[in-house]
Amino acid sequence: MKNSPALYLETENICPDEFAGKTAAQIAELHVYEGNTKSTLGKYFEISGDAGATAGETKIVVKGDVTKVKYIGMKMSAGEIVIDGSTDLYAGAWMTGGKMTVRGNIQAFAATGMKGGELIIEGNAGNYLGAAYRGDWRGMSGGKILVKGNAGSDVGMYMAGGEMVINGDVDVHLMTHAEGGKIIVKGNAPSKVAGQMVEGEVIIFGTIDVMMPGFKYVDDVDLEIEGVTAKFAHYIGDTGERHKKRKGQMVYGNLYQKI
Amino acid sequence: MAEYIIKNGFVFDPVQGIKGEKSDVAIKDGKIVKDVSKSAKVIDAAGKTVMAGAVEIHAHIAGPKVNLGRIYRPEDKLFTCTPTKGIERTGSGNSIPSTFKTGYEYAKMGYTTCMEAAMPPMFSRHVHEEIRDTPIIDEGAFPVFGNNWFVMEYLKNNEVENTAAYIAWLLRATKGYAVKVVNPGGTEAWGWGLNCLSINDPVPYFDITPAEIVKGLIEANEYLGLPHSMHIHPNNLGNPGCYQTTLDTLNLAEGYKAKNKFGREQVMHITHMQFHSYGGENWGNFESKATEIMNYVNSHKNLTMDTGNVTLDETTTMTADGPFEHHLTGLNHLKWANCDVELETAAGVVPYIYSPDIKVCAIQWSIGLELALLAKDPMRCFITTDHPNAGPFTRYPRVFKWLMSKKARDERLNTFKNADKVIAASTLGSIDREITLYELAQMTRAGPAKSLGLANICGGLKPGMDADVAVYDFNPDKPLADPEMIETAFSRAAYVFKSGVQVVTHGDIVSIGNKRTLWVDVKVNDNPQVMRDIKEKFLKYYSMTQANYESLGHHFVPNPFALEVDATQV
Repeated sequence: MKNSPALYLETENICPDEFAGKTAAQIAELHVYEGNTKSTLGKYFEISGDAGATAGETKIVVKGDVTKVKYIGMKMSAGEIVIDGSTDLYAGAWMTGGKMTVRGNIQAFAATGMKGGELIIEGNAGNYLGAAYRGDWRGMSGGKILVKGNAGSDVGMYMAGGEMVINGDVDVHLMTHAEGGKIIVKGNAPSKVAGQMVEGEVIIFGTIDVMMPGFKYVDDVDLEIEGVTAKFAHYIGDTGERHKKRKGQMVYGNLYQKI
Repeated sequence: MAEYIIKNGFVFDPVQGIKGEKSDVAIKDGKIVKDVSKSAKVIDAAGKTVMAGAVEIHAHIAGPKVNLGRIYRPEDKLFTCTPTKGIERTGSGNSIPSTFKTGYEYAKMGYTTCMEAAMPPMFSRHVHEEIRDTPIIDEGAFPVFGNNWFVMEYLKNNEVENTAAYIAWLLRATKGYAVKVVNPGGTEAWGWGLNCLSINDPVPYFDITPAEIVKGLIEANEYLGLPHSMHIHPNNLGNPGCYQTTLDTLNLAEGYKAKNKFGREQVMHITHMQFHSYGGENWGNFESKATEIMNYVNSHKNLTMDTGNVTLDETTTMTADGPFEHHLTGLNHLKWANCDVELETAAGVVPYIYSPDIKVCAIQWSIGLELALLAKDPMRCFITTDHPNAGPFTRYPRVFKWLMSKKARDERLNTFKNADKVIAASTLGSIDREITLYELAQMTRAGPAKSLGLANICGGLKPGMDADVAVYDFNPDKPLADPEMIETAFSRAAYVFKSGVQVVTHGDIVSIGNKRTLWVDVKVNDNPQVMRDIKEKFLKYYSMTQANYESLGHHFVPNPFALEVDATQV
């Protein structure tokens, strides 16, 4: 980044699918929006190197302060993006493949509606990580997310598939409305964990301050999670929510908390 | 006003019986005329199809439930926003587009007159504010009567004259166009947690049946001689086996004859018939009963209908059939919004995805097309998607493609995930008929205009009629290389004129025209009893005063066009 924007910049074109087959000069011509003004990537970024022939053969490294840049890697299907710092909203939203690494922190709505691929956040993640878009019911349904730091609230809202590992703590409303998928939290979760969960799995290594009343203790189980074998208290829920039957058995969401 | 002459196009006009002959259409002072002067602007339509502006008989495009859909579905706006372009303002939304986008999209497809199919009378002001903000197209709105306390109380005692006087009052108060009935009695029963699934289920408290409501409203409608007939969404919508209820409902029109000065011949218009043509006992053996339904419709000249074609899209269902929407959210588990309108009606909203991979959705798609293809009289069967319930209106060109090309619809039919089961559940695969351009003009122009009592105003190209004209980049003389050409041509008209103003050029909006609000102004003899009843209901039950009820003045109806009806001499 050479010129930082006065307003937030929308850059869904920073994406291997858009860069593929283009030279640096052609990439510089791709559009961006600053507020309601349309301009080009080249106005804000210095672009060097050429893209690969396909998205899969394209690696993008984003350098400089992109904390006011939104939508990096939106809808990417293949290839690689490395953000050498922190970035703003909707990074990796609706991605279907490829790999994105954020060396710093990431703001809210990262990996919204993610269907596949891999997202690694070395710092902290914001709210609504891997959740559904506002009003929508289609959260993350595939792929993998690793957060090395903490994550915010409403992580995995309406999640339907895929896997997320959070090394630190999360805030409230983890996996609300989930219909599938798996989230592992190595740290603590304050409250409202898996409310209205229909199906899915949530594993908490740390504490839960207040358990949802819709979750029912079943038994203690030994599990091997991420190379750690330990005893976990097993709960099912949310019992206030509708559940499917499979082979005559009611299918609940599963919550495991390390004892 | 400017003069235009649209030269050398292939003209399709059922009003004059013109079936694709190469001829000219002349426009002067907003009307179609025989000749124009030499100074008239020439529009070259050589190699193109020329039709009257299309007429939408049933869509949900303005009012509180449409807006509720917009508010509670931000995801419908995701990636569907259109930026400003020329004189076009920004727009948003796909299945529930913003008002501006609604007007632009209809105009770009060559539609010039559209009817909002369900206006809650109490919220007519909101409906008219949205109509006012929908550019270009002429619009009318149908207030709903089928669950109205006044109507049920009068008809319980067989008081047709009082019902008629109330209808006349309400049409004027709400600037309404026609008598709409949605799930007669059933939506009121919903207030008690019940529904009316057959025409003989009594409505709680009011102790009247849907059959009595329907017959009474037909009688009141013909007593007044309104331009449009009673317009009904029958009971038991969308359930397997519902076709029997539909046939029972159609049968209620038996023996009634249209009485009006507008050239309308039907006494009942049945809307979105696709949702009412289901056989089977459950979703497993769900099947089409389009043949049974169309046999009845074809042999009864006092009926008109529209199809309600499923377009296989993600959409937003919304209806005054409150109990049905509750039933639907139980099926698809997506978010549900419900709204009760005191004394009058209710509404529900639920998003829905018609997936080609789901057997039932594919059969619904088949039924919609089957109905249109089995219609013997295209002047009585019109194409709709019941926008947005079976699909967005912007998909009309795709529906036309399926109807006009057996190749296109067989390609779709044979590639469904459960193709064998879908094909077996209807007769669509065995139908060879392809709708012609002339029949299309009947089903989308002349037919709906006649059914609405607008036969002398729009839907045709006869001198004296409003100059609503659409010119499409479609050459009927050339063999159709690819059915996609139908969809492309009808998606973006080459030229559109609305009341003599050129509003679209090469698919772009060039003028917002002279949009009007159509309503029906009925004169009836003084009826002190009904006026007293109205006053009393406002005092006792309504949460607003009568003085705040009416839609009036420049704010709500800035450019009215009233169809006058005199019912004082009957």
